[in-house]
Order: sequence, then C-alpha cells, then structure tokens
Amino acid sequence: MSLLKKLLICFVALGSAGILGFFALAWRPAIAPILPSGSQTFAPELIAKGEKLAGGGYCAECHTAKGGKVFAGGYAMKTPFGVLYSTNITPDPETGIGLWSEAAFARAMHEGVARDGSHLFPGFPFDHFTKLSDDDVKALYAYFMTRPSVRAPALANTIPFPFSIRAFQAGWKLLFFSSGRFEPVAGKSDEWNRGAYLALGLSHCGACHTPRNLLGAEKSGDTYAGAVVDNWIAPPLTGANPAPGPWTEDELYSYLRSGVSVLHGTAAGPMSPVVQGLSALSESDVRALAVYFADIDNAGYRSASADLAVARAMSYAGLGIRQQFDSDARLYTAACASCHYNAGHVPLAVRPELALNSALSLPDPTNLIQVVLRGVSSEEGMPGVVMPSFERALSDADIARIATYLRRTRTNLPPWSGLEAKVAAMRRQISASQ
Amino acid sequence: MTSFHINGRPVAINVEEDTPLLWVIRDLIGLTGTKFGCGIGMCGACTVHVGGRPTRSCITPIGAVAGAEITTIEGLSLTGQHPLQKAWIDLQVPQCGYCQAGQIMQAASLLKDFPTPSDQDIDAVMTGNLCRCMTYVRIRKAIKQAAAEAPKAAING
Repeated sequence: MSLLKKLLICFVALGSAGILGFFALAWRPAIAPILPSGSQTFAPELIAKGEKLAGGGYCAECHTAKGGKVFAGGYAMKTPFGVLYSTNITPDPETGIGLWSEAAFARAMHEGVARDGSHLFPGFPFDHFTKLSDDDVKALYAYFMTRPSVRAPALANTIPFPFSIRAFQAGWKLLFFSSGRFEPVAGKSDEWNRGAYLALGLSHCGACHTPRNLLGAEKSGDTYAGAVVDNWIAPPLTGANPAPGPWTEDELYSYLRSGVSVLHGTAAGPMSPVVQGLSALSESDVRALAVYFADIDNAGYRSASADLAVARAMSYAGLGIRQQFDSDARLYTAACASCHYNAGHVPLAVRPELALNSALSLPDPTNLIQVVLRGVSSEEGMPGVVMPSFERALSDADIARIATYLRRTRTNLPPWSGLEAKVAAMRRQISASQ
Repeated sequence: MTSFHINGRPVAINVEEDTPLLWVIRDLIGLTGTKFGCGIGMCGACTVHVGGRPTRSCITPIGAVAGAEITTIEGLSLTGQHPLQKAWIDLQVPQCGYCQAGQIMQAASLLKDFPTPSDQDIDAVMTGNLCRCMTYVRIRKAIKQAAAEAPKAAING
C-alpha cells in the first residue's frame, strides 16, 4: 500500500470519526410521549402562577401569529439567516405540545431541545430560559397544558442549508450556550437578585438589548450594549444610554409599569408588548427589575444630572413658537407642538418631551422615524392614548426636516445624515409589513 | 372589528383597520360635528379626544384606537356648558364656524394641561389649528376668559 493511500485512508477514517463524533455529541434522545391532554391535573395556584410568568416572558408575543389564535405559533421572526416561524405551544397532541411530558418541556426550556430530541434554534431564547428555576418551569408547564388546544401545524422555516441542519445547533450551543439555573450574586440585595433573575431569565431583556455576533449569539462582552431589532433600535441599558436624563430606579419603574416616564417618554414598537407582558408581574417584581437596571446603568452616578437635563430641556420649550421665518420650525410647531410642547419647570408625562426623549439622542434616527410614520396605538405605551400615524400626512422630506430641526435645536449632538433616504426606506419596509 | 367608546357609548366597527377614525365618526357613527379639513393632520379641524388627549382623527387609523375612550365635540359637555363653549358664545368667536369644533377640542386639552395659559402656551398648542376666517384674536380671548371662568365654575360646583 502506497503512503498516499495510507494517508487517504487515515483522513477518511478521521473525518468519518469526526462526523460520527459530532453527531453523537449532537444527538439527544426523544422523550416518550405522554397521553393526550386532559390526563393531567394541575393545582389552580400553579396555573395562575404560570399565567403570570407567561406574561412576564411575553410568550404570547412570539408564539401568536398576527390575527391568529393565542399560543398557536406561526409568528414570523426575520433573522439574518432566514425566516423562523414560532411553533404551536397549545396542548394540541399533533401540532402542539400535548404529548410533551413535564421533563420534555423542562428540557426545551433549559437546554433548547424539543421532545423528539431535535435541537431548537436560538430564536427561542433558551439561552435565557435555562436560568429559570425548576418551580417556575413547572408552573409554566401547568399553564400551557391547560390552555385551549389549537390545531395549527408548524410553518416551514426559510433557513437555508446548511444552517437548517438542527444538529449543527449542538455546535452553536458548545460555542455560545451555557446551561444552568440562575445563581444569585453575593453582595447584592435580594431585590437586585430578583431583578437579575427576571431580566436574565424569564424576561430575556438581552435578547433584544444585547448585540449579536455573526452566528446570532449574544456577544458576551456587550451585554445590554444596545442592538437593532425588528427595524427598531433597542437602546443600550448600560451607562452608555444616551438619553439626557438618567434611567433612575423610579424612571425605570414608571416606564416598565405604565409604559411612560416623564424623563424618557413612551414605550413604543417592540417595547410595547414588553410593558404589556410585565403588567402580569407583581409590583415588587417590576420594582426589582428597576433596581437591577438602575444599578446596571449606573443611575446612581448620574441621578444628580436629572435636574440639569430637565432644566435644559425646558429652556428649549419656547423655540419655534410665535411668528418666524424658519420654515422647519413652523412645520414642527404645526405638526408636533400641539401635543409635545411643554412649559414651566417640568414636562408633563402626557406631553412626551422630545428634548429628553431617547429617540432624539440615539446616534441613529430609526426610532424617531418609526414613531412618526407608524404613530403609537392605544394599546402601546400609555394605555388608551394615541399618536396619529404621519405615514400618509408627511413626505419623506418633511419628516427629514422635522428630525433635523429637533436634533439641531433640542440636542448638542451631531446631525443625522441621509435622513430622507432613511425615511423612504423605512416607509417601504412598513408598507411591505402591512 | 374594532371596539371603543365614543362619548361614553360603546361601539364596535367593522371596517379596514387603516380607515381613518374621522371617517368612522362622521359616516358610520353619524356624529358630524367633527370636520374634515386637510386630511393630513395639519389643520386641526378633525381634532377629537382619545383617552383625554387631543388627536387628529383624519390621520388616526381606526385600528389604533381599540379599547380607547373617544370624546367628540358632541360629548365635551352634555349640556353644551363647557367653560370654553360659554366663552365662545359670549365672545361670538366663530365666523364661518368650520374649524371651531377642532379649536374647542384642542383648547379644552390646553386648559387641562395649562389651566392658566400664557400667550406662548396658547400659540404653541393652538398653532396646529388653522382658521381661514382669522378668528385667532377672539380664540385667544375666549381661551383666557374660559381659563378665568373655570376655577369659579369648579367652586360653584
């Protein structure tokens, strides 16, 4: 046998062993199906607890298609790899999780593996849910298994080969996923740790607010550094947050509980279902989240600057009012000031003060343009209050002028560039999504 | 199907979600006090209150007001005795009257936010409400009269 042949055999053997080894590593057993639903009974308190947790984890948000039945899946998640459709988590035996035992459900939550042993894509945030306590997972299971069954077969994902091979997720997990329940941080208060448990686990804040790497995993060194999500900017939750006023505990609490805060404005876009979901949690849980994030963003060091930020914002109040020749100011006053003008020493919460708003101080104008084009519905942000949609009212140039004017007169930040083209692109994207 | 309350009355409307609220108020519910002006939210004639806030109904899609409480000029006061309405009559503010429902609705929320408004407050909040008859001087006067009247009205119960 020639040396070349020996080498070739060696390579093939090693390669095969490697592939076999990888699939052995990736392989997970199926967990035996249980009898179809109705066979299990759960304590009403456990179901009620699960309902609260499902709210605080916004399960319905991703597991419900637009106009579809709740938890029946089919919601399209647009990822850089293709469209991922959420699955049916009602207890339907054929198309939902009706045959899943509690062990199978817990494995999906904690390890990202389906009942049949296949790996779940990280569009399902198991990298966060792995931190959930066994008791909380038990309660969630009780809640989902007692929902009305809906027959809704899974839609086919459009993830291209080879990313579509689920076994490869084992490699992804090896690189980016560490399984394990939440460990309280010593030296921090119980309240802080409760907030951390919710933020890192159930409410998976990092899923939107932490940037992701090329393989779609959250960058471990950039936790809460801010990211682009669903054509909106999820702002940084760290000290790098550019809002003029600090995100203090009270500001965070007010924003997360009521959808609006005086120093930061209204929760809109993908943040509105977050506020709606958190409304299922107790006051003390939302307070704990506020305590945790006020620490993460170093509000303590900045809280003195709140008065200064407000005073500066209020000094702009009279700008653009009364007769004048600046046509940008006139456009702003006619279109925006009737609702956004403030006077006196403090802005009113019902008049979101644009000089304090994160949307105006972010390096990217996306959120401001989104809100102007889409408006804010009664179900978003401040409940029952609406901002109209200026999509059909203002031209690309008009919106660009208003954005430029506000940035120029209400901040000390550099002007945004390419605004008109950006508005046009976002307008196209919004009408395509409708 | 979109459900909401209008002037305290529950309604359920079955139209396309992007139908402007103004269309629904005038053509389907039949409350014609609210007027169509420019259709792009720039003149204020269509102003109603949504959740107590002044809102341009011509650019508000009906899908956005699900569950909301809407008040139109017809519902501002059951007896037509809102301090602004009294001041409006007293000072004979309107000329042609077309923009006035919007003016009054906008002014009502102005007084809620700024009970004793300065000229700057009035200019800022009312600039988006146009009046082709140029009744602005009387509008300003009526707002100030209503502001002066309002605490007395509250005291008198």
